[in-house]
Amino acid sequence: MTWSAAARGLHQPDNTAFTQQRLPAWQPLLSAGIALPLFFCAGLAFLGLGLGLYYSSNAIQELEHDYTGDAGAGSCAACAAQGQGRAPPPPCSCAWHFTLPELFPGPVYLYYELTGFYQNNRRYGVSRDDAQLSGLPGALRRPANECAPYQFSGGLPVAPCGAVANSLFNDTFSLWHQRRPGAPYVEVPLDRAAIAWWTDYHVKFRNPPLVNGSLALAFRGTAPPPNWRRPVYELSPDPNNTGFVNQDFVVWMRTAALPTFRKLYARIRQGNYSAGLPSGAYRVDIAYNYPVRAFGGHKLLVFSNISWMGGKNPFLGIAYLVVGSLCIVVGFVMLAVYIRFQDQDDDDNDDE
Amino acid sequence: MRKEGKKRRKRKEEKKRVVVSNLPFEGWSPKENPNQQYRGNQIKTSKYTILSFIPKNVFEQLHRFANFYFVGIVILNFIPVVSAFQPGVSVIPVCVILAVTAIKDAWEDFRRYTSDKVINNQECFIYSRREQSFVQKRWKDVRVGDFVQMQCNEVIPADILLLFSSDPSGICHLETANLDGETNLKQRCVVKGFSQQEGQFQPEHFHNTVVCEKPNNHLNKFKGYMEHPDQTRTGFGSESLLLRGCTIRNTEVAVGIVIYTGHETKAMLNNSGPRYKRSKIERRMNTDIFFCIGILFLMCLCGAIGHSLWNQTFKEHPPFDVPDANGNFLPPALGGFYMFLTMIILLQVLIPISLYVSIELVKLGQVFFLHNDLDLYDEESDLPIQCRALNITEDLGQIQYIFSDKTGTLTENKMVFRRCTIMGREYCHQENAKRLETLKEVDSDSEEWTQYQCLSFPARWAQRPATMRSQGGTQPLRRSQSARVPIQGHSRQRSVGRCESSQPPVAFSSSIEKDVTPDKNLLTKVREAAQWLETLSDAKPAKPSQSTSSSTADFFLALAICNSVMVSTTTEPRQRVTIPPSTKALGTSLEKIQQLFQRLKLMSLSQSFSSTAPSDTDLGESLGANGPTTDSDEKDDTSVCSGDYSTDGGYRSSTWDQGDILGSGSGASLEEVVLEAPDLGLAKPELCYEAESPDEAALVHAAHAYSFTLVSRTPEQVTVRLPQGICLTFDLLFTLGFDSVRKRMSVVVRHPLTREIIVYTKGADSVIMDLLEDPGCVTDADLQKKMKKIQARTQKHLDLYARDGLRTLCIAKKVISEEDFRRWANFRHQAEASLDNRDDLLMETAQHLENQLTLLGATGIEDRLQEGVPDTIAALREAGIQLWVLTGDKQETAVNIAYSCRLLSQMDTVYSINTESQETCESILNCALEEVKQLHQLQKPDCKLFGFRLPSETPSTTSGAAVPDAGLVIDGKTLNVIFQGKLEKKFLELTQYCRSVLCCRSTPLQKSMIVKLVRDKLSVMTLSIGDGANDVSMIQAADIGIGISGQEGMQAVMSSDFAISRFKHLKKLLLVHGHWCYSRLARMVVYFFYKNVCYVNLLFWYQFFCGFSGSTMIDYWQMIFFNLFFTSLPPIIFGILDKDISAETLLALPELYKNGQNSECYNLSTFWISMMDAFYQSLICFFIPYLTYKGSDIDVFTFGTPINTISLTTILLHQAMEMKTWTFIHGLVLLGSFLMYFVVSLLYNAICVTCNSPANPYWVMENQLSDPTFYLVCILTPVVALLPRYFFLSVQGTYGKSLISKAEKIDKLPVDKRNLEIQSWRNKKRPAPVTEVAQSAHHPAPPVPQQDFRTSTPKSSSPHKRKHVEDWMLHGQRGSRECRREDPCLGGPSAKLSSGQHLLEPNRTLVPGAYSRGQNDVRQPLSRGSHRRSQSSLTI
Repeated sequence: MTWSAAARGLHQPDNTAFTQQRLPAWQPLLSAGIALPLFFCAGLAFLGLGLGLYYSSNAIQELEHDYTGDAGAGSCAACAAQGQGRAPPPPCSCAWHFTLPELFPGPVYLYYELTGFYQNNRRYGVSRDDAQLSGLPGALRRPANECAPYQFSGGLPVAPCGAVANSLFNDTFSLWHQRRPGAPYVEVPLDRAAIAWWTDYHVKFRNPPLVNGSLALAFRGTAPPPNWRRPVYELSPDPNNTGFVNQDFVVWMRTAALPTFRKLYARIRQGNYSAGLPSGAYRVDIAYNYPVRAFGGHKLLVFSNISWMGGKNPFLGIAYLVVGSLCIVVGFVMLAVYIRFQDQDDDDNDDE
Repeated sequence: MRKEGKKRRKRKEEKKRVVVSNLPFEGWSPKENPNQQYRGNQIKTSKYTILSFIPKNVFEQLHRFANFYFVGIVILNFIPVVSAFQPGVSVIPVCVILAVTAIKDAWEDFRRYTSDKVINNQECFIYSRREQSFVQKRWKDVRVGDFVQMQCNEVIPADILLLFSSDPSGICHLETANLDGETNLKQRCVVKGFSQQEGQFQPEHFHNTVVCEKPNNHLNKFKGYMEHPDQTRTGFGSESLLLRGCTIRNTEVAVGIVIYTGHETKAMLNNSGPRYKRSKIERRMNTDIFFCIGILFLMCLCGAIGHSLWNQTFKEHPPFDVPDANGNFLPPALGGFYMFLTMIILLQVLIPISLYVSIELVKLGQVFFLHNDLDLYDEESDLPIQCRALNITEDLGQIQYIFSDKTGTLTENKMVFRRCTIMGREYCHQENAKRLETLKEVDSDSEEWTQYQCLSFPARWAQRPATMRSQGGTQPLRRSQSARVPIQGHSRQRSVGRCESSQPPVAFSSSIEKDVTPDKNLLTKVREAAQWLETLSDAKPAKPSQSTSSSTADFFLALAICNSVMVSTTTEPRQRVTIPPSTKALGTSLEKIQQLFQRLKLMSLSQSFSSTAPSDTDLGESLGANGPTTDSDEKDDTSVCSGDYSTDGGYRSSTWDQGDILGSGSGASLEEVVLEAPDLGLAKPELCYEAESPDEAALVHAAHAYSFTLVSRTPEQVTVRLPQGICLTFDLLFTLGFDSVRKRMSVVVRHPLTREIIVYTKGADSVIMDLLEDPGCVTDADLQKKMKKIQARTQKHLDLYARDGLRTLCIAKKVISEEDFRRWANFRHQAEASLDNRDDLLMETAQHLENQLTLLGATGIEDRLQEGVPDTIAALREAGIQLWVLTGDKQETAVNIAYSCRLLSQMDTVYSINTESQETCESILNCALEEVKQLHQLQKPDCKLFGFRLPSETPSTTSGAAVPDAGLVIDGKTLNVIFQGKLEKKFLELTQYCRSVLCCRSTPLQKSMIVKLVRDKLSVMTLSIGDGANDVSMIQAADIGIGISGQEGMQAVMSSDFAISRFKHLKKLLLVHGHWCYSRLARMVVYFFYKNVCYVNLLFWYQFFCGFSGSTMIDYWQMIFFNLFFTSLPPIIFGILDKDISAETLLALPELYKNGQNSECYNLSTFWISMMDAFYQSLICFFIPYLTYKGSDIDVFTFGTPINTISLTTILLHQAMEMKTWTFIHGLVLLGSFLMYFVVSLLYNAICVTCNSPANPYWVMENQLSDPTFYLVCILTPVVALLPRYFFLSVQGTYGKSLISKAEKIDKLPVDKRNLEIQSWRNKKRPAPVTEVAQSAHHPAPPVPQQDFRTSTPKSSSPHKRKHVEDWMLHGQRGSRECRREDPCLGGPSAKLSSGQHLLEPNRTLVPGAYSRGQNDVRQPLSRGSHRRSQSSLTI
């Protein structure tokens, strides 16, 4: 430091605003005078926002049903009991009946919800291979080490590898509507397409290149995950929805952040149901496959509609309301402080 | 192998270096050359080479604990079971931090490398046998044993033994500015036996062997001998050694043989680069890091336990519990343990590793600003502040104790001749004193002119000789100034002896030093003396006269001769006047001068005694007229000073000289004189005196004022021009240089007229008075009486001078016989030739000569206070800093300076302790302590309701001005007693009550002991400031050492952490820069801790929702970027640029400094408050998003992105709230960081489809940006997180009672209003500014001498026959009043002593007097000086 200046020859420092630390500066001094209007403005704005959020969140309807099958709770109890202690549990089906007294406004989204399922467990969350899922042939044959112990099965590479894929949620649902009592149940069309993120479905997840136009051949030499009953290329008969790009699979692979999570199962927006679910009796047929009682989890089915700000979320609205009123309270405290200070300041001036 | 080792060891043990000429071996293989074992002259100060850089630098960096920790974490990450992140990725932060440090190191090293290269490639001339001449080679080719030829103004490439100089007397002049900053020319002489060479030096005829010491770092110590082919030996010493880095001056050609090269040269061995100290903040930080480690440990433990508990809640393994690769599950305990390690990796950022790098960068920035401050730049010396220690800038803001040297630090070290006493008669030079008063104003005026001059010649200033060493491992600070000489010679009318370094001609001393207005009485005496000298010229044997006139002449001759002042002219090129021009002109010898003298005598006799003579220019008259002449000169100068000065650099001397000469010339009709006059006038339009010490210059100038002008000096001869205008050339037989042990110097000369051999000695009074001829030995009763009287009176005058704060020197002479001298000279030569033990022998010989002296007189030289010293001291004091002065000077001088610089005020109670006995010392300490405590309790009884009679009131080190002030004066002997007698505790306790402490007569060792004592026992931050070599130990002992680049060389600067050029700079350095650096860095450190804890806790909270599995919701890359890019720059900018309070306010209100002293910005509480805040903010930042997204279909990274964004916003806004000053840089950096986050995240999330296996946040950011909830969360959360802090800050801003917040408010006001506020603040703090004003007269008025200061001295021989003398001086009314009241109490501790009663008895009787005096003071507080020295001495 010193040497460079010496080498410059003339030792006199430059007389610039920067070197002399005289740059024009704004010195905001936090004081009641400045803070007061800020607090009130922020408080009012937050109150307004909060009210809006609160009402729009309240406008959202939700209908949920726990079909885990705890003892004596609906028809799924039998399935739950049947699958107890058996891995994989035998196929079983049960149903959930409910009645809508009035129209459930659309668009209606059907979610399944799992509780106590730690998809965010570190070793679980990393037990996957995005390279394999993006369809790289090399990665298909050599899954990442993170997938272990679901990396190889009987010497064959597992596709898709890893614990996340292995634990794929495999309950299926179908919705039936009875317009009038006694009338036959009509199946409500469930839109199962585009439930995953567009980028996931189109970019991130890709099937390996077809061999002779066949996906099955492309996956030859790989084993399905141990828990799976079918190989990956048979997940769906629809060629655009099978293999790694199966929508349900893609949705599942986007691991949830918290142990209680929902995943989109379907949207109801077709035919007569585009405006929502009309009133009447409904039945959901559940193919009960997925065991959750072992870890004390629950499975739920949720019908929900959404608003501009997403799903039902009363918290944000309340939080805004609380913070808004807090700001106003603090504002008043500040005002008191300000007034007292003014008085005191006057006193001080009197003293002088 | 072993044999070789032995051999090597043997060689090591050899204490000699043998050097022979290289020439016979030229062209041989290197192995044949006996000199080949010595290293070459190439220097390499760079640490690394391109190849070795990476391993060496990494190795060095890993030595730091912090990096070691980080690398350990990375290694941990490579263990698969515990790894939290991908191992490869986790290396990145370490690499980045190591890389940043490495780049910094590499840059520094590269600069060293390039400067080395420049130096190594400088050119020099080496003799080549093949070419039969000196050929041009590079510095790096110089080898030991080579013959190097140097020309004038060349820099010396290696340590060279001088063998030949073009100067006929074998002398070579040297400027050592590059080495030690001293610019006065040093003489080096050719090794004996080589001086009589005609014309050219023949290296090929050199067959001698040089034997000398091994390389060492003593610049001034060197000895060795030369063995001739015939086995005879010649000794030589440092006077023949040319040191690398010095510059040859005034000598056309010099040739020598290379002795030491490259790194073995003394200059290089002396060079110990910048020092590394650990600052207080860093120490504090390290403990806080341990707290962080504690927190980390707790959090990891929490994670580990949580994980094993969580695992146990499952009866069977759930699908999300993944077994290891073999399908096995870990037992919970082991799983918990692994989780502990994983958590360490996860939460590692809690230990802010990047903090160290950031702090280093911040300090670089702070040093940059320090270095660039114009206020710390001294125009006169062209020196900005030098920061030699780069890492303790913030310590400047926390200083509690300052230890200051006196001479050269508080004072200018610019000596001014003030008074003298000759043969017991005092000449007080009142005119001179008057002139000095007026000159002050001139000084300040001329400053602007100097500035202008400086600015108008930038081009010339910039053009420096290429030979200058731009970096010079040896001497980074000073360059040679030869290029500047011409400008300065002319432009600088107010040259600064003080800053020799910048200004080569030392002797271009300021007008203050140069001019002495002669005392009228003394002038008459001189006139008489001149007449007496004329009688001498009759070549009669000298009368054994003790007449005053002869003594007066002798006195001035001694002043002119007895020194080592070199004479040169100011004209360019600087030519040393070595040959008396008169001699040259007449081609003469002594006889001729005598003839001339004779004739002149006739002439002047005829004229001077016929006062009616028309040509009324007789010497006496002209001399008499000198006084007024100068005065008028002076007036002229003040009015037209710039023009006059710029045309004539050496203005005054020249007019004087010419005036004298022309005066005598025109008056004298003698041809010789007329012939001589123009010669003199032309040859030396003016004379410049280059003195090693300013005292010497002052004395020579004083002699000059009385027309005893030193005209030239060679090693053999000194020529003095007498008042008559003729020159007298003395043969210089011997010079015994000044050294600090002997404290005197002597010259032995042969008087040209009387042929007597005379020893003139000058030295410290204490020494000289002991060496005087004992009057008892003199047979003549009259003479004996007279001598006694003279000695007594001189002593009295000396005391008077000392009391006035003058530095005293005694002048004495002695006449010895030819035979005695010859005997002594032999003895001396033997001593000089001996290799061992030489110093002792030399000392002994010196003592043989310097005894039985006859006292001529004494001089009083004033060392003027530096500009702005009282002001600075007052400000520092107000800032709560305790100032101690540690000086080697006499007590009286020191006390006077202390009064004049307002270190002690008139109202203070001053205790002075001088004793050599432990018991008395203890009892005095006890008494003083008791009394001071009483004083304190009386002073503030209303402050402490119940503290009135409490025996121990805690002394506050930062006691304000309201407390009664006590001063303590203590001398070196007493200090010794205190240190030996384990009285340190009492001493320190007493000093804590004292506002200022003065230690006189202290040795360098004692100085450092005191500093260490205070530093360690009171655990306070200390600063030492000094300018001389005797301050080095003190400077090194303190937490911060400050060197003043002054007259006494560079040793203090070289050992200091900061070097400033004036004491007054200390004010801004501490009060402004210290405060800024401290508050910036402290707040940055606190912020850094906050930032890391806040961010890391987010991850920790997440563990509660992921089964304590160590997973993160934020992609690892984004976490890395977060710390490395998004949040790193704002704190650094903050640490470099933020200003809480403007410089003006800080200077106006020194109290604000207490903020740093009390570590208010960064202490345990601020640390924990910020920790709490960090916890709170991280809770908010995590749980608001958590509650928002709970139960939704949010995925891991989509959940993490808003959290990351929120915490970034919060952290940046928090920073914004901390910033007190916003410049566009602040704004740009904050906004830039924020935007960079989005840009980088968007890019990363858009590009990375498969890159970061196994999981990646593809398209997450984009997705979030299209979600309104994201924005809602991002607006709400930072507001909630920062609300408490904002609220608190606003309340503090409005309501704050702290000094800082008040000052901030004041700072916001417009300038005029601000000044008003500051004024009223200061008035509030100091209720009685009247006294301040009264005292503000800067010059110490001569105190009314009520009691002799040394009353103790005569009393010590009183009937009591006590060995020890205690002066217990009490002044000020309060102290004495108290003393009386509390007598019984005082008696308590000392009653056990046998002398206790005696000690107190006189005291009691004394008190009333002091008391009544005190009463007077109350009535007349403005009558300065009247009560000043109401000290009472008591003797046991």
